[in-house]
Amino acid sequence: MSTPPSRRKPPRVGDGPLIRRSLIGFVLVVGALLVLSPLLVIFVQAFSAGTAAFKAVILHPDTLHAIGLTVATALIAVPVNTAFGIAAAWAITKFDFPGRRLLLVVIEIPFSISPIVAGVAYLFVYGLQGLFGPALQAADVKILFALPGIVLASMFVTAPFVARELIPLMQAQGRDLEEAATSLGASGWRTFFSVTLPNIRWALLYGVVLCNARVMGEFGAVSVVSGNIRGQTNTLPLHVELLYHDYQTAGAFAAASTLTLLAIVTIIAKVLLERQGAGRSGRPALAAPAPAQGSKP
Amino acid sequence: MTRRRVLPGLPLSLGITLVYVGLIVALPLAALAVKAASLGPEDYWRIVSSPRAVASYRVTALSAATATAFNLVFGLSLAWVLVRYRFPGKRLVDAIVDLPFALPTAVAGIALTTLFAPNGWFGSILAPFGVKVAYTPLGIMVAMSFTSLPFIVRTVQPVLEDLDPALEEAAQSLGGSDSEIFLRVILPLLTPALLAGVSLAFARSLGEFGAIIFIAGNQPMETEITALLSFIRLEEYDYQAAAAIASVLLITAFAMLAVTNLLQARALRYTGRS
Repeated sequence: MSTPPSRRKPPRVGDGPLIRRSLIGFVLVVGALLVLSPLLVIFVQAFSAGTAAFKAVILHPDTLHAIGLTVATALIAVPVNTAFGIAAAWAITKFDFPGRRLLLVVIEIPFSISPIVAGVAYLFVYGLQGLFGPALQAADVKILFALPGIVLASMFVTAPFVARELIPLMQAQGRDLEEAATSLGASGWRTFFSVTLPNIRWALLYGVVLCNARVMGEFGAVSVVSGNIRGQTNTLPLHVELLYHDYQTAGAFAAASTLTLLAIVTIIAKVLLERQGAGRSGRPALAAPAPAQGSKP
Repeated sequence: MTRRRVLPGLPLSLGITLVYVGLIVALPLAALAVKAASLGPEDYWRIVSSPRAVASYRVTALSAATATAFNLVFGLSLAWVLVRYRFPGKRLVDAIVDLPFALPTAVAGIALTTLFAPNGWFGSILAPFGVKVAYTPLGIMVAMSFTSLPFIVRTVQPVLEDLDPALEEAAQSLGGSDSEIFLRVILPLLTPALLAGVSLAFARSLGEFGAIIFIAGNQPMETEITALLSFIRLEEYDYQAAAAIASVLLITAFAMLAVTNLLQARALRYTGRS
């Protein structure tokens, strides 16, 4: 069909029409059932009570507050995480020091830890039964069940996101350019901004986009540390849960549809950035210099 | 060979990194470990080996294993189709593979629950056959399959792309059939990537929370996952039990991390040679 008939090479393994069609069919059917239909059902349900009801949910003060809190969390957590990711990538790829590999592993830890474990762990640092809890209460500083706790938990779950995009790329790019710049007299900052940053900007943006999506969508860790106070510490995903458990299904899906739009925008941004060469090296950060494929000169 | 010209910024960048990793990652995990350790071995063992906890490990591990097995087949097929074939809509399929990563887990949870509930699109089709997905272990497996789908696809896809066609051609010229070549030439080359993807998907499924709690039904002893049990203990103000059960998840995560790193190191050695 779409394969050009003029191919002279013998057909490769699995190119027979039967296996080809059944595999494509299998993948498309299961993919549609497992991935596409959840996407569809969200929007169908969101508008199941009509556009007016949809608007009412979105414009409800509690929803607006949840959106505000989610955006505020992202506005703090994402830039801090980005700064960390850049610092970590710079330290790990531009210098040799003992413990580099260990540091790489430690940075990736949050990636494999249950968000619930993260939330519970934060409770034992800042909660009343935790390390700093009593001291914080005496000083009247609120971390848990408030914005700082939500931000901290979000930073934990997304700590590896920017670093793991930058490290393999910067490793592959080496140190020659930076060394040349500094030997010509450029300062460290100047070297970073005019030499390193232009080379990593797409990968950096890629990491930031993914980090932002995760921060805004984080549920488990935030649900432990936020206290779920309606109109106060409910982020958007928590608000979705609250509406859903209140049997306001259409409302829950209306709120969820905003997060779904964010996911779609994230995927589009991801595809566009991958076209710029980002993300190709975004394999596990331990996979040192990726094979030359994909990295444009 | 070691021409050493040191770039500036080590103290600052390493300082930021260590402080951040220390405060954001290490400190909470250490606090959790200390809290769990403060229980003493007997109390700790009593909590983590209680029938309800053990039942939660069983349902979590079994569901995660099933979901991972499903994704091994589906993920490999998906990667294969995306790399080897051309068909209309391929780029859309490639993009949509990442949806489970991008979609917040709570949103995925309510969407899957609505689909598979007895009156949902899929649930109402399955109900006459006596198949119940929502509020059963099957629902947990569906949620885990959804959230861990991208791992195997995305670890296998690049390796499949880089596969040298000459190997297949050689096997073909020696008279191997398609299935022989797939099983004895291609699959062995994909195995390290498949294993890495499997361990990532399995680890993610063990820790998954948001997508599962909506669809699981959360019946103690039957459909209660370990992460939820820790959460429930917390809501009951039983902090030590919450810490103990969370520590089991933490230890498992570290074990999975060790396995993943070992597999990755092996996979690297493999690909580094070709």
